[in-house]
Amino acid sequence: MSAYSVTEPSKASKLAAGLLVTLYTIITLLPLVWIISTSFKTGPDSISYPPKVFFEPTVEGYVNLFTTRTRPAVSELETLPPPEGLMEEIARRQGTIITGPSRFGERFMNSVIIGFGSTALSIFLGTLAAYAFSRFKVPLKDDLLFFILSTRMMPPIAVAIPIYLMYRELGLSDTHLGMILLYTAVNISLAVWLLKGFIDEIPREYEEAALIDGYTRFQAFRKVVLPQAATGIASTAIFCLIFAWNEYAFAVLLTSGNAQTAPPFIPTIIGVGGQDWPAVAAGATLFLLPVMIFTILLRKHLLRGITFGAVRK
Amino acid sequence: MPNPIDIAAKATPPALARKVRGLSDRTIAWIFVAPTIFLLLAINIFPLIWTIRLSFTNYAANKPNAEVKWVGIRNYTRILTDEDIWSHMTTTAHFLIWTIVLQVIIGFTLAWLINRKFKGNDLLTTLIVVPMMLSPAVVGNFWTFLYQPQIGMVNYIVEFFTGIPAASFSMLGPGGLAPWSIIIVDTWMWTPFVMLICLAGLRSIPDYIYEAAEVDRASKWRQFWTITVPMVLPFLMLAVLFRGIENFKMFDMVNLLTGGGPGDETLLTSIDLKREAFEKWRTGYSSAYAIILFVTVFGLASIYVKALNKVKER
Repeated sequence: MSAYSVTEPSKASKLAAGLLVTLYTIITLLPLVWIISTSFKTGPDSISYPPKVFFEPTVEGYVNLFTTRTRPAVSELETLPPPEGLMEEIARRQGTIITGPSRFGERFMNSVIIGFGSTALSIFLGTLAAYAFSRFKVPLKDDLLFFILSTRMMPPIAVAIPIYLMYRELGLSDTHLGMILLYTAVNISLAVWLLKGFIDEIPREYEEAALIDGYTRFQAFRKVVLPQAATGIASTAIFCLIFAWNEYAFAVLLTSGNAQTAPPFIPTIIGVGGQDWPAVAAGATLFLLPVMIFTILLRKHLLRGITFGAVRK
Repeated sequence: MPNPIDIAAKATPPALARKVRGLSDRTIAWIFVAPTIFLLLAINIFPLIWTIRLSFTNYAANKPNAEVKWVGIRNYTRILTDEDIWSHMTTTAHFLIWTIVLQVIIGFTLAWLINRKFKGNDLLTTLIVVPMMLSPAVVGNFWTFLYQPQIGMVNYIVEFFTGIPAASFSMLGPGGLAPWSIIIVDTWMWTPFVMLICLAGLRSIPDYIYEAAEVDRASKWRQFWTITVPMVLPFLMLAVLFRGIENFKMFDMVNLLTGGGPGDETLLTSIDLKREAFEKWRTGYSSAYAIILFVTVFGLASIYVKALNKVKER
C-alpha cells in the first residue's frame, strides 16, 4: 500500500481504535482471569468482600479437586501422625484429612477418551466421504449442506429422547462406545463438509498424474491427496475435538456413572461444608486450558470452522 | 513368437482389466461414503422418525411396560393451546432478540475498529475469540460464581463504578435481573463470533471502491452507509442466522446458570422441554413439543435464508 493511499486509516484513528479494542479485550478477559486467579485462592479468600486482587497463592483448590476429604474434630486432628506428602499437608492446613481420590480424574479421562475417540472416527470416516463427495458423482451431494444445517436445528433434547430409548435397548447407555458414536454422528456432517472444502482446493491434476503413473485410485488417495490435505484435516480434527470436549446436553442426559465426561461433573463439585469455589475454579481452569491452547493453534482456520465453511476468508 | 500374457491381456475386456488393477471409481465412491451414510441414518434420521412416531402416543419412558396408546394429534393441540408454553416462547424470543441485537452492534463495531489494522490487532483478535471456544456448561457454572449475590465480581464492579450498594441487588435472584444476566453471558461469549464474520466481510471489500468514492468526493459518513454497510450485510445476516439457530435451542449455559429460575423468568423452551422429557417423563408429549420447536426453527430459518439470498444477489 502506498503512503498516499486514501484507504489507509490515519494514525490518530488507528491509535483510537487500538485503545478501544484493547479496552474491550481487557473487559472480556476479566472473567477468565478471575476464574484462574480464584483457583489459586484459599476458600475464605475466594469469598471475601471486597474481592482480593492480591493474595497469597495456594494450590488448595487443585488438591481439593482431586481428593475427597473429611473434617474431623480438632482434638482428633491433633492425635494424628504428621502428614505424609504435600497433598496431605495442604489438606491438613485446612483442618481436613484426605480420605481418597475424587472422581474428577476419572471424568477428565472420560472426556479425553470420548473426545479423541469420536474425533478419530469422525476424521477417518469424514475424510473418506469428503473425498468421494469432492471427486465422484454421488447422489445426495447437493443436499449435504442443507442436511448439516437441519441437524443443527434440532434441539439436543429432542434428539436425546429417542437416543436414550435406543441406547437403553442396545445396552449402549452410559458407555464410552455409545458416546463416541453419538458425538461422531453429530460431528461427521460438519467434518465432511469442511474436509470437502479443503479437498476441493487440491488440484485434480495431481491425482490424475499419479493415476497415469500406474497408481490405483486408492493409492493416489493415500499418497497424493492425504498429504496435501493434512492441514485441513488437522484443523477439522481440532473442531471436532472441541465440540466433543465441550458438549453438555447429551452427556448429562445419557451418562451417569461410568462414561460421564467433565462438563456435567464440574458443576457438581461440592466441598466439605459449602460450595468449594477454588476447587470448581481449578476444575474449570484445567478443563478450559486445552481449548484455549487449541484456539490459538487454530486461529487461521477458525472462521471457516465456525461457519461450516460458509466463510473462508 | 508373441508372449502369451500379451495375448491374454488384449483379449480381456477393458472393464475387467480395470477391476484387476483396482476397484472402479463407482465402487470406491460407495465404499467411502457408505459408513458415513449408515451412521447418519442410525443416529440422526432414525431417531427423528422415532420422535415423530412417539409424538402421537402417550408413551412414558420411565414406564416401559405400560400400555402405549395412540392419541392422534392431542399432544400437538395441547401444546399449542397451552398458555405456559407461549410464555416460554416469549421468554425465548426476548433472549434471542436481545442477544442478537447486542452481539451485532458490539461485534460489528469491534470488527470495524480492528479493520483499522493497528499494531497488534492479530494478537487482540485471538484473545477476544477465546470465550466462544469454551464449554458453555463450564462457562454457565463459573458465571454463577461471578454473579454471586453480595460477594460476586459483577456486584463488586457495579458498586465500584456506580455506587449502587452490592448487597442491594442480585443478578440471578428475584427482581427481574435474571433474563438480562443470561443475555450478558451469551453476549460475552458469542460477540467474537459475529465480530469474526464481520471482519471477513470488511476484508472482502476491495480498496478500489473506496478510492473511487474518494475521487467522487463522497464523505466518510456516506462511504460508510453506501459501501461498507451494504457490502458487509450478507456476512452479518449469516452471523445472525447461526446465532439465531443456536440461541433458539439454547440449553447448556442457561441450564447451569439459572436452571430456568427464579420462578420461570429464564425458562427457555429447551429447558422446559428437558423438564417435560427427563423429569416428568412425558415422552410422547415432549416428542410433540420437540417436533413443534424443530418445525418452528426450520420454518423461520428457511424464510430467512431466502431473504439472505436476495440480499446476496443484489
